Order: sequence, then C-alpha cells, then structure tokens
Amino acid sequence: MSGTAKTLFDKIWDHHLISQREGYPDVLYIDRHFIHEVTSPQAFDGLRKRGIPVARPKQTIATADHNVPTKNQHLPIVEELSRLQVETLQKNCTEFGLDLYGLGHEKQGIVHVIGPELGISLPGMTMVCGDSHTSTHGALGAIAFGIGTSEVEQVLATQSLLGIRPKTMKIEINGTLGKGVLSKDIILYIISKISTSGATGYFVEYAGSAIRALSMEARMTICNMSIEMGARGGLIAPDQTTFDYIEGREFAPKGEAWEASLAWWKTLPTDEQAIYDKTYTYDAADIEPMITYGTNPGMGIGIQEAIPKANNGEAAELEKALQYMGLEAQQSLLGKKIDYVFIGSCTNSRIEDLRLVADFVKGKKKAEGINVWIVPGSQKVEQQAKQEGLDKIFTAAGFDLRQAGCSACLAMNEDKVPAGKYCVSTSNRNFEGRQGPGSRTFLASPLTAAVAAITGEITDVRTYLS
Amino acid sequence: MKFTSLQSTCVPLPMENVDTDQIIPARYLKATTREGFGENLFRDWRYDAQGQAIPDFVLNNPIYPGQILVAGKNFGCGSSREHAAWALVDYGFRVVISSFFADIFQNNALNNKLLPIKVSDDFLAALFSKIEQNPQVILSVDLPTQQLKVEESELSTSFEINPYKKDCLLNGYNDMDYLLSQKEQTILFEKNKEYSF
Ligand code: SF4
Repeated sequence: MSGTAKTLFDKIWDHHLISQREGYPDVLYIDRHFIHEVTSPQAFDGLRKRGIPVARPKQTIATADHNVPTKNQHLPIVEELSRLQVETLQKNCTEFGLDLYGLGHEKQGIVHVIGPELGISLPGMTMVCGDSHTSTHGALGAIAFGIGTSEVEQVLATQSLLGIRPKTMKIEINGTLGKGVLSKDIILYIISKISTSGATGYFVEYAGSAIRALSMEARMTICNMSIEMGARGGLIAPDQTTFDYIEGREFAPKGEAWEASLAWWKTLPTDEQAIYDKTYTYDAADIEPMITYGTNPGMGIGIQEAIPKANNGEAAELEKALQYMGLEAQQSLLGKKIDYVFIGSCTNSRIEDLRLVADFVKGKKKAEGINVWIVPGSQKVEQQAKQEGLDKIFTAAGFDLRQAGCSACLAMNEDKVPAGKYCVSTSNRNFEGRQGPGSRTFLASPLTAAVAAITGEITDVRTYLS
Repeated sequence: MKFTSLQSTCVPLPMENVDTDQIIPARYLKATTREGFGENLFRDWRYDAQGQAIPDFVLNNPIYPGQILVAGKNFGCGSSREHAAWALVDYGFRVVISSFFADIFQNNALNNKLLPIKVSDDFLAALFSKIEQNPQVILSVDLPTQQLKVEESELSTSFEINPYKKDCLLNGYNDMDYLLSQKEQTILFEKNKEYSF
C-alpha cells in the first residue's frame, strides 16, 4: 500500500493542483490570501499597471498590523510613513473591492492571529500571505506559507501560485512535558537542535503524543516558528481539538457545509504507511524552559544550561552574536538583569497566553525599573482579556496592557527596545536590531517572560511553581 | 529584463545566516514603491547610529566593487520581505552566491532577475580565499551552460537551476504571464474541487 499512502501535506497539495507540467513548478490553487500594509502596496501597483482586477476578492482578507501604534489607536498614526502605508492599504482595498479589518475595526489584529480566530483559516486549505509567519495557520492542518510581494500580486491576479513541491519532514515529540514547559519551549528546543537552516526545502509535520495533547493555540505557536528553522511551513493533522476550536467561529462552515467539511477533514491525516523524506523524534521530558542567548532563534539553551563554547565553523558567528548581546561563552543566563519584557507577537499573543501570564502574576508586582508590555494579538483578544478581568491583574502588577498589533516584535511602529537594552520577548526573532536598532533580545515562553517581569532577571520559572 | 551571462568582480560577505532583517531593516520597509531600497541595503552594518559609514564593512571598502555578492551559508533567512531582493538589485547586484539559500529569499530573488547560485561549501571557501588573495579576481557566470568560473584559474563549477526558472531568466518571462495563461484550468478547478469552502 505504501505506493499510494500519502502524508497530510501531500494530500492537501494534490487537492490543490490546477496543472502540472514536466520541468515546470506546479500550479497551485490558493484558498485564502491574507494581506497587510507592508508587503502589498507594490503588488496593487502591479495590478494597476497591467490593468487587471483582483480575481477572487472574497478570498483575500486584509488587516493593518505591522505599522500600527499600540496606544491611542483612535487617533491618526503619528509617524508619517507608517500612516501612509496604512492609508495606502485602505485605498487599495476600496479600489479593488477587498474586505479590510483596518485600524479601529473590531476584527483587526495581527494577520496570523485573526485568520484562525475568525474561522477564516480552515483544515485542508492552501493559504498564503506576504509574511513568513503564515506558517502559523498550518496548526489547523493546512498548507500555509509566506510569499514575496511579486507572488502577492500573482495571487491577487489569479488566485493561484507556482510552487515546486517541497520535501516532507516529520518531527515527532512524544511523552509528557514537564511543569513550566510550554509549546514555545518545544519549538525553541527543536530549532536549537536542527539549526536555523535544518528544515530548508522541507514542509514539516509535527506529530507525536506531546503535540496531540496541546491546545489549538499552543499548536499555533509551534507552527508559527517553523520558518525559523528554514521550513517552508509546518502543519499538524486536524483532530477533535481542531474541530472543537473551529466550530461556531464566525466564518467557519455551518450546518450541512460543516458536516461535509468535517467528513473531508477526517480523511486528511497522514496514512499509516506514508513515507517522509526525513524524520526527527524527541522526548518531551528532555525539554526544559528554553531561552536564546544569540542573534538567531537557533541559538537557544535550556534555562539551566550555560552558553555553549564555539564549535567548528560557527565560531565567528557565535563570537559576533555574543559581542552584540554583551554576553560570554560558558556563561549562565540565570540572574541576568533585564530591562524590558514583551509579551506579544503572532507567536504568543493569544488569549491562552494572556491567561497563563495573568494566572502566574496574579497578586505579584513587576520588578523595579522594568518595562512590561502586554500586547494582545487582536482586538478580540483584548476584549476577551478585559471580559475575564485579566487587565486588572496586569495593571495591579504594573504591566502595560496595550492595543493589538505587531508592536515590539519588529519595531516598525512606535514600540522599540532602546539600543543596548535587554528584552525577554515571546516573539519569534532575536536578530540584530529586530526590536529596535541595538536592542538585545532573549526569546522565551510567556511563562519565562512573566517570571522575568517579576524578578527583573532571567529566572527558571519552575522554582516559582509548586 | 533578461539574464544570460555576467563577468564581474565579487563583494565578499563571509558571514553565515545573514537574515533579511540585516539585508534591509524593518524600519526601511515603509515605502510603497519598489525603488530606492539600495540606499539602506545592510543599513545597520554599513552605517553607525549617526549615519556615518563604518569603514570595516565590505560595502564601504572601495577595494570590493562588483555585481556579484558572495555570502556565507543560509543567506536570506528570516522574513519574507521581497524588499531584501529589491535592495540588492537596486544597489546593483545581479548574482548572489552562497552554499545555501533560504527558500523564500531564493524565490524573491528569481522573481526580480537576481540570480541566486548555490555552490558547495568547498567551492565557496575556495572562492572566498581567491577573493581575499586578489580582490580584482573576475568571476564569470554563464546561465545557458550553468557554469561558474574564476577567470585565470582552475576554479570552476556547474550549478543547478530549475529549468522553468532558467527559461524565465533567459527570455525575460515571469511567473505572472504563466499563471495568467492558466485561467481556464483555474476556473475548471474551481468548478470541480472536492471541498466546499
Ligand atoms: S507579530 Fe512579528 S512576526 Fe508576527 S506578523 Fe507581526 S511582525 Fe511578523
């Protein structure tokens, strides 16, 4: 049977083939297209130049997230170029007839948070966005990947895309996670093992009992960072957790359509005999709370470990990274004083993340002199947090609960970490200058970020959990 | 725009994992056109906080002009921003050589007629040392025969490229033309697709 047995990825890819031709990339149908203000303006210009419309306006959804301020969103954006980009998106959506969840809209938010939240992203779909973290949506059991602006233009014009079929990789995590260890730690652990280029050319399926046990939102955190190991995307087979998450969401199928979809989704998981091009297997029990010490997401260690010594080949890179970070090889990060804590980004800004943090900090206060930003991933997350009273917990702790947007994840907006300052961040990239020129980032889970906010230094959260 | 062959000196950037945030930092992504990004190519490595050129950085070193960027492993990782490819092209690069490219960057480069050439780690190391010995060394890139050759030396190699992408570069075609030509098949696909959303 192995000849016809297929992986989840292959089933979805094959379902979306418009045409195939020897020596050519496949032509793939795209079900959903998300756009934001940064990577779309030149694509619309291209359409205008060619004089062509958007082929399927109902299948593209727009939001403003990268440039938006996270305070006083009812006021005009102060920074001129940011304002211009957001306004350009508005104009383009009006001109081409696209739905826009812009600034102030109740459905606005980080593009990878709102897709699943609204039931727009569904299992079995192909989804793209001019943004590398589109891989997030794969958690629902879909092929979702980031594209460049030329491709954004192609999808707008044709609702299709050219793709060379990637290889498939399975990463299996079995067993039970230790206390204080979250899905963010799983993905930081994997990347530290296989490196930032270890999955280049592959599409990754995450499997195993530890993955199955995760909530939908925790799965999104994992798929989100697939790109940080070079993978085109990551996905997880849809199961009851997936279906329960989707059912009843605003744009999810209803009634008969729901039943039909459900029946189809259940056929998608990888067949038993299917073969992956590569497989890695890890034990959940080996994973500690993780933290990065360098300037790429692969430079991560368990919180009790010391920064490694340079090993062959990477010596120069490690040295440069440590110099930028103001750290030394073989140093432990525990007790390292920090200046900022950022809890947000499409990796960890969903309601479960905020609940976890609130639960941990309830009745505690932030350390003296630390800035703590909590930035919800969407307007809906913000509203939900307020309904649940999480805002009161944050305020009592001295945290700054802001409004939805990408915020200090990439510092394109007003939220920046100053040069030389240390930030424990729940985002996905610790590149040089990512959180602002000269900023120094430690990537970690929401719990590790929360405990750092309280102690003012890098701390093993497990010492605080009974 | 087409690409057939090129002879040029090289700009060496032996760092590994050069991410697109370094190629063009996010704060310079606010333009709504494709032009002018070259000015801010490698901005934070090229200029200090006061906007002064950092003399150590290779783009500020007049010894290394050229249209070929030779970079360490895993070039272009990180963000999908096509602005990275635009910045390289706008600055004047037409070829990037590395032993490994991030997927999205590779696509973006090809869509902008910037040729990414993947070579072996050994060839890359040899090329870096050739450039170090003689910054004036000329590299020939020939797309029709898929050959790379360091002039006046024994150092040469062949490289791979998807045949369709090669066609596009040689003839100045682009993906949009091809996709638009598939319109009927796309409509047929929509009629027959097995799922209902
Ligand atoms: S939160 Fe960060 S990673 Fe996510 S879409 Fe925004 S800028 Fe990109």
